[in-house]
Amino acid sequence: MEQRVAACTSCHGARGEGSPDGVLAPRLAGKPAGYLLQQLEYFQSGQRRHAPMEYVVRQLSQPYLRQIAEYFAAQDLSYHRWPQPAVSAEVLRRGEQLVLHGDPARAVPSCVSCHGDKLTGFEPMMPGLVGLSSDYISNQLVSWRTHTRAAEGPYCMGVVANRMREPDIAAVAAWLASHEPPADMHPQPATAQTTPLPGWCVMGHSEVNP
Amino acid sequence: MKWLRRGAGLLVVLLLIGAAAWWYLARDRSMPSTPVQRGAEAAALVDPARIEQGRYLATVGDCAACHTARGGQPYAGGRSLATPFGDVPAPNITPDRDTGIGQWSFDDFWAALHLGKGRHGQLLYPVFSYTSFTKVTRDDALSIFAYLKSLPPVNQPAQPTGLEFPYNVRSSLVAWRALYFKPGVYQPDPAQSPQWNRGAYLVQGLGHCNECHAPRDSLGGIEQSQHLTGGQIPQLDWYAPDLSTRTGGGLEGWSAQDVVDLLKTGQSSKGSAFGPMADVVRLSTQHMTDADLQAVATYLQSLPPRAPVASAFQQASSHEQGGKLYAKQCADCHGDNGQGVAGVYPPLDGNTSVTGPTSVNAIRSVLLGGFAPATAANPRPYSMPPFAQQLDDEDVAAVVSYIRQSWSNKAGAVNPAEVSRSRHTPVD
Ligand code: HEC
Ligand code: HEC
Ligand code: HEC
Ligand code: HEC
Ligand code: HEC
Repeated sequence: MEQRVAACTSCHGARGEGSPDGVLAPRLAGKPAGYLLQQLEYFQSGQRRHAPMEYVVRQLSQPYLRQIAEYFAAQDLSYHRWPQPAVSAEVLRRGEQLVLHGDPARAVPSCVSCHGDKLTGFEPMMPGLVGLSSDYISNQLVSWRTHTRAAEGPYCMGVVANRMREPDIAAVAAWLASHEPPADMHPQPATAQTTPLPGWCVMGHSEVNP
Repeated sequence: MKWLRRGAGLLVVLLLIGAAAWWYLARDRSMPSTPVQRGAEAAALVDPARIEQGRYLATVGDCAACHTARGGQPYAGGRSLATPFGDVPAPNITPDRDTGIGQWSFDDFWAALHLGKGRHGQLLYPVFSYTSFTKVTRDDALSIFAYLKSLPPVNQPAQPTGLEFPYNVRSSLVAWRALYFKPGVYQPDPAQSPQWNRGAYLVQGLGHCNECHAPRDSLGGIEQSQHLTGGQIPQLDWYAPDLSTRTGGGLEGWSAQDVVDLLKTGQSSKGSAFGPMADVVRLSTQHMTDADLQAVATYLQSLPPRAPVASAFQQASSHEQGGKLYAKQCADCHGDNGQGVAGVYPPLDGNTSVTGPTSVNAIRSVLLGGFAPATAANPRPYSMPPFAQQLDDEDVAAVVSYIRQSWSNKAGAVNPAEVSRSRHTPVD
């Protein structure tokens, strides 16, 4: 498989550890396989936009994409520590507040309520928020606001990102990138996801995006 | 304001030949079905074997490729097709009563496929490949219609066309059609074998290979004499090569087996499919029966030799630099002598995608990288890294010139400005 996916690893790193700057191409290694597959399908259908990614997955079948997703999910590599972005202590405090407690006044749920108290995500679909660079995180939050990264059915992150204030994006991105990750960074098993997702973030739930 | 000048030119052409065109078109009324035929057609529409045959023929015609939006419902339309004159959206052809072909009779469908006319007699834009589909027999058209009628109806209204005056006036097509469109079902050549005739019918008709593999003039038309001689695909900026396998042909040296391999698996001993051809293989030709693929190959093998293009071969001054880049970046996969690895990496020596009359395919392959199409016969293709970020325009020009001028390859060199232009072409 390693030889077959030479195109992917030329951007995402030899084993999917992410490009050295963490911005050009995000880490794939160790992310939940279901999540990776879903993103690859979004690039195919144009729901997530990035021209080189869209071109590279265009000719591939769903079963092959699944094998590729499983291959990268199974890569067990230590995470890279990103340099702490130069932001004030006040901004970091605001970031921590949002990640751990959310912003009840604007109905922004905490990030941990969905991504897990360890922020390492859950199998098979919920990605972790550890080991990502601050630029990558803020780019993603901006793309949900501009609809260049969407999701089918429940539009969880679209709702979250659109409720946030613009400066809060940089704050959460900075705090997450500089946060000391837990010793075990693997996604938690699905059974560990005890806090139910809010209704508007559950497939097939009737509650409309507020 | 280039389009304005071109538009004015077209209007003049329109006035000059308008009258002749009306006369010409008045002749080609479609023959509506008689009541007896209509009864037989109604029975055919619900015959499962007929529907299955129609599914196969619609796949050969690659109807879904245009009539499906990305990530959308099959055949429900919505995809916009770019032409030099503006965008034309493909309509919904599921049997929805309000937004699809739910209320169409077979005569309506026949008029669209065979005469390029909509349900209300309006002229259709030739980006819908009816210039080829007109060769399809009435019986095959009936099978396709039966299949489309069996699909789940999807309610998806038509989108407006993005054409500028005068192209947005459908009657302006009268002149164009008089010049470039000759309606008529394929007439078998009795001097040729049934297999050859089947191949010619598929290539010229449903397969609509000519729509990409022939040059277009400034009005977007194809000269009959230029049949399958290769052409730049408008708007997509890919070059579809000449399909003759004889001396001077774009596929010179290809055996019938090579043609079958490429269309069935996406790769062959001579090169692999990429860009729009990878779409064609993945969605259409890989699903063709072996007998039909053999027929296509037999027909292509009979295309005449082409006159050699006289060109003074001049080696690029960057040859040495290109050679170093090749050894470092490419030789691991494509081999020191451009020989490739059978079934894994295409050869570059003698590869028509490398040596083509324009270098756009080779440049864009290097910039974009990517996978050969995943097909039933090659479900896990290998890939090539994109070099757009790693190599600058000069490096790409040097390495592409090198592969165009090494081993047995004797094609023209590439300059960095051509590379720069290709970087900005959208990929979809
Ligand atoms: C030209 C460089 C490039 C190539 C080649 C490439 N990627 Fe990517 N990939 C990116 C970039 C950049 C992003 C982030 C896009 C964004 O910002 O939304 C990305 C995003 C992704 C994501 C989403 C990650 C996440 O956490 O949401 C997945 C999954 C992925 N790529 C897998 C692949 C696979 C598998 C291949 C090979 C088939 C591949 N990529 C080839 C550059 C590349
Ligand atoms: C309501 C549940 C929910 C909440 C709350 C939530 N997320 Fe998410 N998040 C998701 C889901 C679901 C995905 C997968 C998204 C997709 O499929 O597009 C995701 C994906 C992400 C990703 C993409 C990861 C990657 O590898 O590309 C980032 C970044 C992210 N969330 C950041 C945040 C931040 C920051 C917060 C807190 C401000 C947050 N999320 C709160 C549900 C949530
Ligand atoms: C290259 C793209 C392309 C392919 C391939 C293609 N079509 Fe179309 N088709 C179009 C476009 C674009 C239109 C709209 C033309 C116009 O508006 O004048 C169209 C129009 C039609 C119409 C008229 C619909 C209406 O509402 O007026 C029918 C019927 C149709 N196509 C059937 C087919 C069938 C059957 C096939 C396969 C044998 C096919 N098409 C293959 C692009 C395509
Ligand atoms: C949508 C446009 C399009 C259509 C329709 C199309 N082709 Fe192609 N074809 C291309 C392009 C572009 C290339 C050059 C890229 C490549 O080599 O894969 C190509 C290349 C080829 C090649 C050479 C492949 C190689 O490795 O050099 C063959 C053989 C071929 N086409 C046969 C056909 C046949 C037969 C049909 C009809 C059934 C057809 N094509 C229809 C666009 C098209
Ligand atoms: C990791 C292996 C690998 C490397 C390195 C590589 N290629 Fe490729 N190359 C491939 C594969 C696989 C294909 C077929 C891709 C397709 O069909 O879309 C290909 C296709 C091509 C093609 C199109 C030919 C055809 O028939 O499909 C050209 C031209 C090309 N490569 C040139 C180069 C050049 C020049 C370099 C160095 C700058 C290079 N390649 C480096 C694997 C590689």
